[in-house]
Amino acid sequence: MSATAIETKPAVSNREQPAVVNQAAAKQTALKVSGLNVCLAHNPDAKILKRVSFELNRGEVFALVGESGSGKSMTALSIMRLLPDALKITHGKVVEADTNLFKLTEQEMGDIRGKRVAMIFQDALTSLNPVQRVGDQIAETLKIHTDLKGEDIRQRTITLFSEVGIPEPEKRIDWFPHQMSGGQQQRVMIAMALACEPDILLADEPTTALDVTIQKQILELIRELTIKRNLAVLLITHDMGVVRETADRVGVMYKGEIIEEGLCEDFFQNPQAEYSRRLIDSLPDMDEYRPLPDQKPLLEVKDLQVHFPIRKGILQRVKGYTKAVNGISFSIAKGETLALVGESGCGKSTTGRAILNLEPATGGEVWYNGNRIDQMTRKDMLPLRKKIQVIFQSPFSSMNPRMTVGDIIEEGMINLGLNLTEAQRQERVEALLNRVQLEPEHRYRYPHEFSGGQRQRIAIARALAVEPDLIICDEPTSALDVSIRAEVLDLLLELQRDLQVSYLFITHDLSIMPHLAHRIAVMKGGEIVEQGNTEEVLTAPQHEYTKKLLSAVPKH
Amino acid sequence: MEFETFKTAVLWTDYLIWFMVAIIVFFMLSLRKSPQNSEKWKAVFSTKLGMSTFIIILAYVGVALLDSIHFRKALPPVEGQTSTQVYYSNDVNSVLDLMLGEMGDNNERTYSAPFSLKSWNKENIKQSDGTTVRDYPELKHAGAHLEEGDGQAADILMQSLLALAKGLALALALIAVHRLWLKRRGTLNDLPWSTAWITFAIIIAFMTWLISLGNLYHVLGTDQAGNDTLYESLKGIRTGVLIGSLATIITLPFAIVFGISAGYFKGWVDDAVQYIYTTLSSIPSILLIAALVLLFQVWVDNNPGYFEVGLEKADGKFLALCFILGITSWASLCRLLRAETLKLSQLDYVQAAHAFGVSHLQILWKHILPNLSHIIMITFVLDFSGMVLAEAVLAYIGIGVDPAMASWGNMINLASTELSREPSIWWNLSGAFFLMFTLVLAVNLFSDLVNDAFNPKTRLETA
Amino acid sequence: MFAYIVRRLLYAVPILIGVNLLTFILFFIVNTPEDMARAHLGDKYVTEEAVQNWIADKGYDGPMFFNNEAPGVEKLTDTVFYDKSVKLFAFDFGQSDDGRDISSDIVDRMGPSLALAIPSFLIGVWVNICVALMVLMFRGSRLDKTTVAVFVGLMSISYLFYIIVGQYFIAKVSKLVPVSGFNDGLDGWRFLILPVVISVLAGIGSGARLYRTLFIEVSGQDFSRTARAKGVSETGVLFHHILPNAMLPILTGIVVVIPMLFMGSLVMESFFSIPGLGSYMLDSIRAQDFSIVRAMVFLGSVLYITGLILTDISYTWADPRVRLS
Repeated sequence: MSATAIETKPAVSNREQPAVVNQAAAKQTALKVSGLNVCLAHNPDAKILKRVSFELNRGEVFALVGESGSGKSMTALSIMRLLPDALKITHGKVVEADTNLFKLTEQEMGDIRGKRVAMIFQDALTSLNPVQRVGDQIAETLKIHTDLKGEDIRQRTITLFSEVGIPEPEKRIDWFPHQMSGGQQQRVMIAMALACEPDILLADEPTTALDVTIQKQILELIRELTIKRNLAVLLITHDMGVVRETADRVGVMYKGEIIEEGLCEDFFQNPQAEYSRRLIDSLPDMDEYRPLPDQKPLLEVKDLQVHFPIRKGILQRVKGYTKAVNGISFSIAKGETLALVGESGCGKSTTGRAILNLEPATGGEVWYNGNRIDQMTRKDMLPLRKKIQVIFQSPFSSMNPRMTVGDIIEEGMINLGLNLTEAQRQERVEALLNRVQLEPEHRYRYPHEFSGGQRQRIAIARALAVEPDLIICDEPTSALDVSIRAEVLDLLLELQRDLQVSYLFITHDLSIMPHLAHRIAVMKGGEIVEQGNTEEVLTAPQHEYTKKLLSAVPKH
Repeated sequence: MEFETFKTAVLWTDYLIWFMVAIIVFFMLSLRKSPQNSEKWKAVFSTKLGMSTFIIILAYVGVALLDSIHFRKALPPVEGQTSTQVYYSNDVNSVLDLMLGEMGDNNERTYSAPFSLKSWNKENIKQSDGTTVRDYPELKHAGAHLEEGDGQAADILMQSLLALAKGLALALALIAVHRLWLKRRGTLNDLPWSTAWITFAIIIAFMTWLISLGNLYHVLGTDQAGNDTLYESLKGIRTGVLIGSLATIITLPFAIVFGISAGYFKGWVDDAVQYIYTTLSSIPSILLIAALVLLFQVWVDNNPGYFEVGLEKADGKFLALCFILGITSWASLCRLLRAETLKLSQLDYVQAAHAFGVSHLQILWKHILPNLSHIIMITFVLDFSGMVLAEAVLAYIGIGVDPAMASWGNMINLASTELSREPSIWWNLSGAFFLMFTLVLAVNLFSDLVNDAFNPKTRLETA
Repeated sequence: MFAYIVRRLLYAVPILIGVNLLTFILFFIVNTPEDMARAHLGDKYVTEEAVQNWIADKGYDGPMFFNNEAPGVEKLTDTVFYDKSVKLFAFDFGQSDDGRDISSDIVDRMGPSLALAIPSFLIGVWVNICVALMVLMFRGSRLDKTTVAVFVGLMSISYLFYIIVGQYFIAKVSKLVPVSGFNDGLDGWRFLILPVVISVLAGIGSGARLYRTLFIEVSGQDFSRTARAKGVSETGVLFHHILPNAMLPILTGIVVVIPMLFMGSLVMESFFSIPGLGSYMLDSIRAQDFSIVRAMVFLGSVLYITGLILTDISYTWADPRVRLS
């Protein structure tokens, strides 16, 4: 992308849409950011933000989209003047109601924060003070910015709680953050932000840490409040689905610059920048299904149970069980992909670990190719280890930081007795790196030198090194940026075609299903509530929960 | 006819100190292998503070090492003795003693102030005419080179300048060689070498000054028994460095083996290890140390035959003290390693290793231990200074280093009564205090930097 | 909660047994009563009879763990181990080598120990937190860096040096307070000022530095940012958000030592001639009176375990997330 193209872009989009300008004229501009530059405090050449300009209008959601590290969160923190010490604002201004926020003293800025401009953050649990009751945290804001006292504050807090949809508000304002669910915590954050009726709300990835069904509710709440309170909202997100559902206008951020800006609909129909197109393409089509391979089952899980004991009392006797996996059955054929879908805590990862025999099963059977594996000892399991492999979610913790990539890939070959010579192994490592589109020279490097997507490729190469028949993929793409996600998924598909491996694909993301899975099993509370061919499940869901999940998926 | 002029006398702690240096060098080299680590080390050494404190620590270690090559001088044959048999002195000397020259042998009768020519206490002196006068007697050694009428102050100034010039010349020569070597390797600008050189030059110049003036005067006076305080303080370096490093190193095998196996195998192993360290740490450590030291003392008294000379006995007791300090203080590191291993063993790469059928031993060796090495190292540096300081308290309680061995703890301990004399005797305290403070401060500052570089928790997030 | 405390108390039993066994092995097996007798009677050429008399006098004769000759339960109880170790559980400490009752000595000496330890502890913690908070307000400035350097410097000074020099300057040179000694009752405060001041001073370096690190860690967490985003002033953030959260790790550090205050301070008490448990221990070590050492080891372990349990309980009080079960 050339520099000139970027500079001209916003101008072009403005010129091309005169209707937009007229429409926006009806809306009042609440905040205007112009020419914002931010750099590292000790190194002025390392620019984090470059000439960022945009405006927020009342009653409108402006979405700032970009991948991790693109500078979108830093933009919001700059507006609040809450940048980390390591960063410095070098140029630009932020104008709110005719005052340049950068010209204010720290004390004057304190009057703006929370009263005129409020902010909510990604992870509500860590963003709330863990040792203070949620009601008190909201009361604190009210005490600072309003004249309310005692009982009035309490009443006001209760009203706010019911406005953001927290049940039993009278009771829950005396709760501590950890006693609430993730969705409710985020609602508390929103209530806190709205307490002093600000004009502007900055929302930094407000739904990223939440499950899809909750995510939808929170977005709807933000949308609703925007209109009801005539708020100007800056919504920061990496998720194009969220943008499409919620935003009125969109700005795309790439390496510290806004490279494209426009109305939401226009943007999705006719993106200008190449990068924007890639982001939009990362939203999968929901109508392309994979034909079913028809073969005998390779892996069979029958009535699998994994229970964790709950110990209580003086003698720590077992008083009950946490039923992480409670009697599930499924099978996977050769060359087939079964997607195990569910929200966090539903037991899907535990299932994967139980199949790998890393977690002892408390009941049921796991058969692999005619061998019952759930009761095998560590030693008996050894020959089968090379048949079943695993790819983990986080590309950052799945590789030993002290080993070279070559050693990481080789480890399985050495331990699982593939009887290869040193030279053969070297050759194999090179071939594998080629296979996952990396360079053979990369084998002398260490994991931290690679990006998330590259690391996930290394993890795939490591799994393939022992020529498995089945790979358990535990959320392999959820930690990756959207544009990379598709590449990794494509690689997995290609490998399946070429090598006839089967996948047990554990995920919370229904949107990638059609493209990927032959069959789907939907899991909730340790049980499989619905199972069937992808097309059937997605087009004609039977269970209430599946319907709820599906309705939360952003439509293309 | 040939005389052997000396006989090496290797003390147990000598073996250990050299062995330890070898281990530490090996450990450093293995840490350097990983590029992440060498980056972090670079972060430590690219600060001026890191460089200069490291040089200071090296200087201490260097002195300790020089003081750890021991030998016994041959005694000149006594008249009437058959000359084939050589007898060796009962005093054990070290290379450091050679470098310090006469300093250790220039004993006076009792206290004398720094640079003083006269004793601190009045004595009855017999005049040449037979009368007795009560006055401060002249010192035997201090200022012995002065001719009648030479000004003492002028002499000190002259000698100081001469010594400093010598020292600086030596330092400059060495620095020039080092610089040339760096230039040839093209790594001249990688690190703040000039800071290192300045520190080095100051240390060398200071040492030369101390040695040359120390041979002419008592730079820091003398103690009650007339020993040169400067010499005693310098000899204390070995004791300080040894007690710090040896006691800390002894904690490592316990802490590592118990901590890792508890965190990794969990279950009953974990229960057992937790039981052991809770029991151990519930005993007030000072009492446990005292009890063990006293027990060892009883054993030594009952078995006098094991030690040939006095210093060997002192050395044996010292070694036991280090061991005792070591085995009573591994619990905290063990707890730390256990917690970290628990965390690590849940990480995906350890799970992946299980899925690859890697054996437990291999997982511990390749996946767990290397990722704990920074904790071990940080603890080592932090505990080091604690042990050096603890020695003084132990000396006060009476379970410290044997009085036959020079130690700062013993010197500081004596100082409490010396300060209360009228007029007070301050030099004994100050010599030991200065050397101890410099070492502990350098190690503390250095460990702060190491901690900042290696501990992910303390690193400031940039974005 | 109740079940938890009962369980912790039950868990303390095997630990105390372990402590007793360990000390018993050290003092009676590694170091036989005969060794002790010889060490005490001093002379190497002491008669065998005198040794045996001494042993019998102290009750160290007889079987160690198991008495074959005694009837019934006494097979276990009529042993040296039972007599010298198990009785400790009833806080029956027996007699010291010079024939005094250890239990009553301990009770007598607890008062002076606490008179010194409690003010030192409270003032010390308070001063450290205040200093750390002050430094935190100037975070990142030159003042901050200098103070941290001073902290490290203070940490690098030997404890003994503080005492010796403190005693010298405050008491000798300026003659403000008595050099040493102790007096019961209200009059005693003049004797306590000096040791309290010195122990607070000696602790500032490491204490304030530790607290500063904790505060900085907490101030970097998300909720501090949320508070700032609400418009809370920097002081408000410090006192309402950072301090309450930093109290959690601070509590673990301080609650565990509270019971240990009973044990007094070994060095302080003997330097300032305060007749507390610290100097009691020191005297017993110097006199090699193992009966007292054993009693103090047991007392120390009991207090340590109490400290651990108190820490857990204080956690539930300070951190709503923690529930004991």
